[in-house]
Amino acid sequence: MEGRYEIRIAGSGGQGVIVATELIGMAAALYEKDLFVVQSQAYGPEARGGKSKAEVVLSKEAIDYPKVIAPRLQVILTQPAADEFAPDTMPGGRIVYDDFFVTSIPGFSEEGGVEHSENVIDAHTYVLPIVRTARDKIGREIVTNMVALGAAGRVLELDKVMSPDSLRKAIVNHFTDKKIADLNIQAFNEGYALFKESVWL
Amino acid sequence: MAEINRVAFMQGNEALAHGAIAAGCRFYGGYPITPSTEVAEIMAYELPKFGGKFIQMEDEIAGMAAVIGASIAGAKTITATSGPGFSLKQENLGLAYEAEIPVVVVDVMRGGPSTGLPTKVAQQDVMQARWGSHGDHGTIAYVPSSVQECYDLAIEAFNMSEKFRQPVLIMSDEVVGHMREKVTLYKPENLIERAKPSVPPDKFVPYLADTKTQVPEMAAFGDGYRWHVTGLTHNDWGFPTNNPKEIEKKMLRLMSKVNECRDEIVKFETFHMEDAEIVVVAYGSVGRSALRAVRDARKVGIKAGFFRPITIWPFPDKELESMIKQGVSILVPEVNCGQMVNEVERAVHGKAKVTLQSLVNGELFKPSEIFARIKEGC
Repeated sequence: MEGRYEIRIAGSGGQGVIVATELIGMAAALYEKDLFVVQSQAYGPEARGGKSKAEVVLSKEAIDYPKVIAPRLQVILTQPAADEFAPDTMPGGRIVYDDFFVTSIPGFSEEGGVEHSENVIDAHTYVLPIVRTARDKIGREIVTNMVALGAAGRVLELDKVMSPDSLRKAIVNHFTDKKIADLNIQAFNEGYALFKESVWL
Repeated sequence: MAEINRVAFMQGNEALAHGAIAAGCRFYGGYPITPSTEVAEIMAYELPKFGGKFIQMEDEIAGMAAVIGASIAGAKTITATSGPGFSLKQENLGLAYEAEIPVVVVDVMRGGPSTGLPTKVAQQDVMQARWGSHGDHGTIAYVPSSVQECYDLAIEAFNMSEKFRQPVLIMSDEVVGHMREKVTLYKPENLIERAKPSVPPDKFVPYLADTKTQVPEMAAFGDGYRWHVTGLTHNDWGFPTNNPKEIEKKMLRLMSKVNECRDEIVKFETFHMEDAEIVVVAYGSVGRSALRAVRDARKVGIKAGFFRPITIWPFPDKELESMIKQGVSILVPEVNCGQMVNEVERAVHGKAKVTLQSLVNGELFKPSEIFARIKEGC
């Protein structure tokens, strides 16, 4: 991994995007070797429903600026978050959208969104059933963030940033109740598998 | 007893609370307010494990009163708040300065004035830290810029508070308070404890200061020592006085007990100051953006330097001045409308052109914004 590897997970307050990034951070800090990490978030004063974004910066060197500059990976769970955050993706980076809440893909082109032009975002774009998997397959929409984390975990594995097992350890560490940890691990694994089945991969 | 030594991944606010406990803090009184609430949460959860007490008071004023009372009873105490609460605490903060009560007060800064921006970063309270409570007093205020520093400076704040018998402030901000980083928690060595009476109760003169340290010994209420606590200017016996000599003695001692130890209190960090032609002076979370901008500037051959005050009060003025060559340009990015920039100007005595870069949109500076100003020559 060269330089900074920046990740953003964005959506709506209550979807758990902060916890998802916290677990990436915990995995990097406690279960990976020689990784520096900063996790941060931005949200409004409302408890639920406002725009919410959470970010992680990973690096082999000490991290100065704690927020993302141009994320290599974004997981975006709502349309307002997509419209606002998709454009600053690092050129050649990856964006994962939820297919239920994000109905209009910003700057999407039929060729996979890698063309250069004003309205096209230069990123590999994946549209996955994140919310639907949590709701329909697991039966608990509350684990949307863990499905999203699973998808992110697969990308981080492919980009040789961290092992999905480090993320699983972080989940188990975070959710001290075993039943709840198991449910979240199940959601993580579903998200991880979603990516494997993606037609663009 | 819970284990202290460990490596963890946590928020600045959490690390600050753990640092307080490691420093021997055993009482928290306060009222929760974003973005400082996690300090209260962790204290509520952790203090009982260490035999300490947490109390949520009816408001910030009462929270400040509670920590003063607990400190008088002998405990190391802390309260945490944000701008609106910091305003409310000022009156009792003044009492703690006048009555010389050690307490640590944390302000995790958010945008103001008034309720302002509960979840957004700002550095708008740094002058309030110095002059928020009326009357002259020596101020000690730390500004952390990382999670590790939240832990380290919490310990330092308690040490200085105990040593000088006065409030010590930690002026954190929303970004530092809420971001998570890896932190090493450790059991601190050589903790400073307030000087206890060295004489029996009948010989105790409560505000008779040691001639060298200028700090009086402090008895805990309930220890059998008689002691009158007042916000009125008082004599060595702790009783109100209108005697000009006694008034002057008290006032000058309040200032000089801190001022004369200024060199051991002041902390700062530098990067590439030796040949710098453009110097960025930044503190707190803005220091992180500024350091990045300075590094980026060095990469393209600009002789940029970085100076980060870790104590803003006392301000590292003579240290900064000694590193500044005639004709250097200084940029001071702050997420306020310009507060510490005046201190920087005062410090350099006209040797350098000092320019403010102000940002008040609720966001942290992007490194590119500071880099652009470095490139333009400020």
